[in-house]
Amino acid sequence: MNWMEHLPALIIATPLLAAFITPLIDKISKKARNAIVFIALAATFILSIFLVRDVFENGIRIYVMGASNPTKTIPIQAAVPIRIVLEIDGLAAFMILISTLIALVALIFSFSHIKERGGKFYTLFLLTVVGMLGMELTGDLFNLFVFLEIASIASAALIAYEFKRESTTEAAIKYIVISSLAALFVLFAIGLLYGEYDLLNMAAIAKAIEITGLSNIDKIALILFFAAFAMKAGAAPMHMWMPDAYGEAPGAISLVLIAVTQASLYAMLRVCFTIYANSLHIIIPAAIIILGLISIFIGVTMALIQDDVKRLIAYAAVAEVGYILLAIGVGLYGVLNNEVEAYARKALQGGIFHIFNDVLDIGLLFLVAGGIIYITKERNLNKLGGLAHSMKYTSLLFLIGLAAVAGLPPMNGFASKIMIYESVYKVSPILSIIAILASIIMLAIFVKIFHSVFTGPKIEEHKEVPKLMLVSMIILAALIIIFGLFPDLIIKNVVDPAVNSLIENAAYIARVMG
Amino acid sequence: MLRTIGGYWDPVVWVVAFIVILIIAYMVRAFGRREYKKGEQIKPFLSGVEEPSKEKVHVRGGNIYWGFIEALRGYYDYMKKMHSGMVNDYVAWFVGVAAIIFVVMFVVVMI
Repeated sequence: MNWMEHLPALIIATPLLAAFITPLIDKISKKARNAIVFIALAATFILSIFLVRDVFENGIRIYVMGASNPTKTIPIQAAVPIRIVLEIDGLAAFMILISTLIALVALIFSFSHIKERGGKFYTLFLLTVVGMLGMELTGDLFNLFVFLEIASIASAALIAYEFKRESTTEAAIKYIVISSLAALFVLFAIGLLYGEYDLLNMAAIAKAIEITGLSNIDKIALILFFAAFAMKAGAAPMHMWMPDAYGEAPGAISLVLIAVTQASLYAMLRVCFTIYANSLHIIIPAAIIILGLISIFIGVTMALIQDDVKRLIAYAAVAEVGYILLAIGVGLYGVLNNEVEAYARKALQGGIFHIFNDVLDIGLLFLVAGGIIYITKERNLNKLGGLAHSMKYTSLLFLIGLAAVAGLPPMNGFASKIMIYESVYKVSPILSIIAILASIIMLAIFVKIFHSVFTGPKIEEHKEVPKLMLVSMIILAALIIIFGLFPDLIIKNVVDPAVNSLIENAAYIARVMG
Repeated sequence: MLRTIGGYWDPVVWVVAFIVILIIAYMVRAFGRREYKKGEQIKPFLSGVEEPSKEKVHVRGGNIYWGFIEALRGYYDYMKKMHSGMVNDYVAWFVGVAAIIFVVMFVVVMI
């Protein structure tokens, strides 16, 4: 058996198998359970590197589930794909690289603070990872819905992990209510498209829309998809679940939730750039730009008045999603107006690069916040202070995250934001100015946290965070610095294949439909 | 070196420039007066009043940017009302945004 051929299926199967083994191993030994989970996620990460390398070098990979020939998408007797097809282009490869990396880092962080009910925790953790990886790998709409549900339900349970605090349960209920509604929107949209075309494969539907033109049913499905995925991605004013969920989840889970959010953003990109592609009306990029601007503005201004350290970072995460949406909206607008080389490519490069940077920067800040809460048992900024006296490494790591998320040179956030500012400026200077001003407020917000938490006289004696927490934070901080110092290398080798797959969407359709 | 629309961005050059500026700043600092008394001269002068302890005067997180927030009180009052924490409101905003896009898309296409 050629393992390389089955890489896409193995990337989903490995954490899925581990998820079901974990509760059994937990009954025998906690250390063995941790080892199994770590080995499973490390193996998934390594498999994803192999797959990503293959996709970047050889182009789109196809895997037909359950078929004797996993590369043959259309059976002999049929004219369209029937089985579930996993399709991995540059964008999907980029996303699974982020998801597996972040899952591994979050897992290392979690080993220090998950003491009770670990069997259940790691099962749910792995199922969340399966959900987001499935969303990113699948080329089938119904499969996308199933994986979306897996990720949503498992992450809702993880948000309520510390259920002895009432607010965690409340946040989880809100998350599952809003996620279920979004899933219903998605299911309804899939039903509409299936009713119209008898198809579930994304490439096949894209081809059908291209041939028949955009019908009213297609438009309704597009709006349902768009609203659902924009909400799941945390676009304001549909962002209100984010501070609740991110704020109440354990530190490691806040990090995973960012990756889940980005998986929804990926689904939105897939719908806009692949399924609807050139049939899109100009209203959609306009809506993305408007939602992006609202997210930036509401995110930074609401972060400024928060007293809870994790809620504050969560609002900053809303603003960061806004930057990504702004760039993607401008990129899509440029693609539709045939101005790819003028600014659309740079906008998409900035936006896609910012997806990675957002996960690293906000992720690092969430881990630091998780570490602080673990040590001090306090999350209120008015009660914290002087921690730099006893938590020197954590303070330094927070400073790196602060500089990165505020877009200070030479950090990674600056590299992606300068591309966003310049490309957005080509469409509207006002939008660019608002984005820059918001970035300045972002710096002010994190100066507030740094001042409140780390500076000032020592209030209480605390020790440094556990070593494994530090290791996970250092991994993210190192990536932030590397991405910041060598942005051209990252863009050329990791971001560009993803951007090309967005712009040259015909290749995605052709790979399945022939 | 990262090529952008307006030019380029080279972080390595930036880091080198930053280090050079740091060295120059350190050299300028070295020209400072050496008779500086560490304990005495850094005490704030409060018209002869004893300086309160650092714990008492430390500005807490909730007080930072007080003026900015106070100046935008109207905006923040509205935003706090919008962020009610009620899941009904979350759903209303979600459905509302979908409805707005729906109406705009169909109205614009008809026009």
